[in-house]
Amino acid sequence: MSGHPSTYEPKYAASKWLDKRLPIIRMGADFMTYPSPRNLNYWWTFGGILSLCLVAQIITGIILAMHYVPHVDMAFDSVQRIKRDVPFGWLIQPMHAVGASMFFLAVYTHMFRGLYYGSYKAPREMVWIFGCVIYLLMMATGFLGYTLPWGQMSFWGATVITGFFGAIPIVGESLQQWLLGGFAVDNPTLNRFFALHYLLPFVIAAVVGLHVWAMHHAGQNNPIGVEPKSKEDTLSFHPYYTVKDGFAVVVFLLIFAFFVFYQPDALGHADNYIKADPMATPPHIVPEWYFLPFYAILRAVPDKLMGILLMVGAIAVLFILPWLDTSKVRSMRFRPVTRLWFILFVIACFILGWHGALSPDQPVMGVKSVWWSRAATLYYFAFFLVILPVMGLIEKPKELPESITKSVLGEAS
Amino acid sequence: MSNHTNTSHENIDEDKRDFIYIATGAVAAAGAAALAWPLVMQMGKAADTLAAGAIEIDLSKISEGQQLKMLWRGKPVFVRHRTSGEIAEAEAVDVADLKDPQTDDQRLVATPGGKLDPKYLVMVGVCTHFGCIPVGEQGKVDAQGQYGGWYCPCHGSHYDTSGRIRKGPAPKNLEIPPYEYLSDTVIKVG
Repeated sequence: MSGHPSTYEPKYAASKWLDKRLPIIRMGADFMTYPSPRNLNYWWTFGGILSLCLVAQIITGIILAMHYVPHVDMAFDSVQRIKRDVPFGWLIQPMHAVGASMFFLAVYTHMFRGLYYGSYKAPREMVWIFGCVIYLLMMATGFLGYTLPWGQMSFWGATVITGFFGAIPIVGESLQQWLLGGFAVDNPTLNRFFALHYLLPFVIAAVVGLHVWAMHHAGQNNPIGVEPKSKEDTLSFHPYYTVKDGFAVVVFLLIFAFFVFYQPDALGHADNYIKADPMATPPHIVPEWYFLPFYAILRAVPDKLMGILLMVGAIAVLFILPWLDTSKVRSMRFRPVTRLWFILFVIACFILGWHGALSPDQPVMGVKSVWWSRAATLYYFAFFLVILPVMGLIEKPKELPESITKSVLGEAS
Repeated sequence: MSNHTNTSHENIDEDKRDFIYIATGAVAAAGAAALAWPLVMQMGKAADTLAAGAIEIDLSKISEGQQLKMLWRGKPVFVRHRTSGEIAEAEAVDVADLKDPQTDDQRLVATPGGKLDPKYLVMVGVCTHFGCIPVGEQGKVDAQGQYGGWYCPCHGSHYDTSGRIRKGPAPKNLEIPPYEYLSDTVIKVG
């Protein structure tokens, strides 16, 4: 899995025997000694944090599935029972629900890091694309999971999102009803959403394997985007980065624990404490916070199909990003102008998230919310389709350091 | 390769071998497709879902200006007993101005006498945008949208007193379910 010469030497008869038949210890040892660039900063710890999130979600999820009942008459009550009656359910249910939010917080940080440091550029296109696939799967899993507690937001979120498929010309309605297993969101829908919600994390785990494999094959990017040239430019993954990742994990878990213990509902929506009612829509439907930017893009256009196409396009554009950015320089540290455009891009994403939660007609600083969304949507696409392709051609980057060691130690090296 | 294999390549009939490959592949593909079909179709509507498809509604119990909301196929059906003002408003609209052009009469079903009864408007109460339920309680002007009919709070679609889309992202008028008059005051939906 790791593209570096193996230094593992089995010491015992048993490990020698095994190494000839299934070199699994060798694989683990090679992973731990993988030569990583010596200048990785804390933005690089989110890969490890994300692995932890996935494992935590799978473990807490399997436990919840032992107590949850996927039936429209019982689902809502069974989740309340987990929170109140099941031993330690009060702890495990919020760990899973808050865990989903923390997972997305980490993945967004990880993605912005990749964008800033140009980690998607050759030869790491496959690393980036598998990352995009993981992100898509995470969104599907998050959406399916949010349906399961069968509150008002669960039900109406599911109705609105499956409604996207109904917008497809000609086959839309049949496709939508096929997905739902009925004329509307109902028991068959809840059953299959539960089955798929249980399945997808394991698919994610498999794609994570490909993501890490591709990354180890191409080598890790680093904050200056200059490839390691000598042994001095790298450090063994263990203990240098296991310790660095470990420290970051502890800080991350502090934030995680704050929400689990003190604000378990802060990242959810109060309406989800009302049991699903197919006869009444809540006055203001909002998705989970991590979908808000896309929700704002969806609502930025007054046309159903166009809105969906733009929203899908906002994710699709990520997949072709390696071919949109024409600059040979990876890190924004050496791209003074594009760096500013990038900061604006992050702000645009936050504006989209903010306005995704507002009613489109609500005025903000004298301007209707929908116009904020429109401006930010325009910038979102312009960044990928105009700014990155053009800046690579016209911008004069700063001079790159000779090597990672030179950039870290200066002339002392 | 071992000495069991045929070493004289001249004896191999390539055409025959290609045929065997293609024939085997075709049978395997057909088998896979035949197996995939039930695996895909099981996701569709089950027989009991399809069977629970019809309800009867007594219109005489709805007083003028009132709206009845009934659950049909997991979705609400709105039956509105419209006031003469609302009917006049719905009929006065210029059809050419509409996004989904339909006259008010086209949105009604004939009674057993063969006439239309514009008093009763029967619709599926599901916004044609993303499936939320529009609000439109009588007497609450702010909850009926700018055209006096229904308003969808999710993404701001306004429907008029005939349930036609007038403003907002919804592409179509509120759907008219398949229904028939069993008598002058009883309808069967579905």
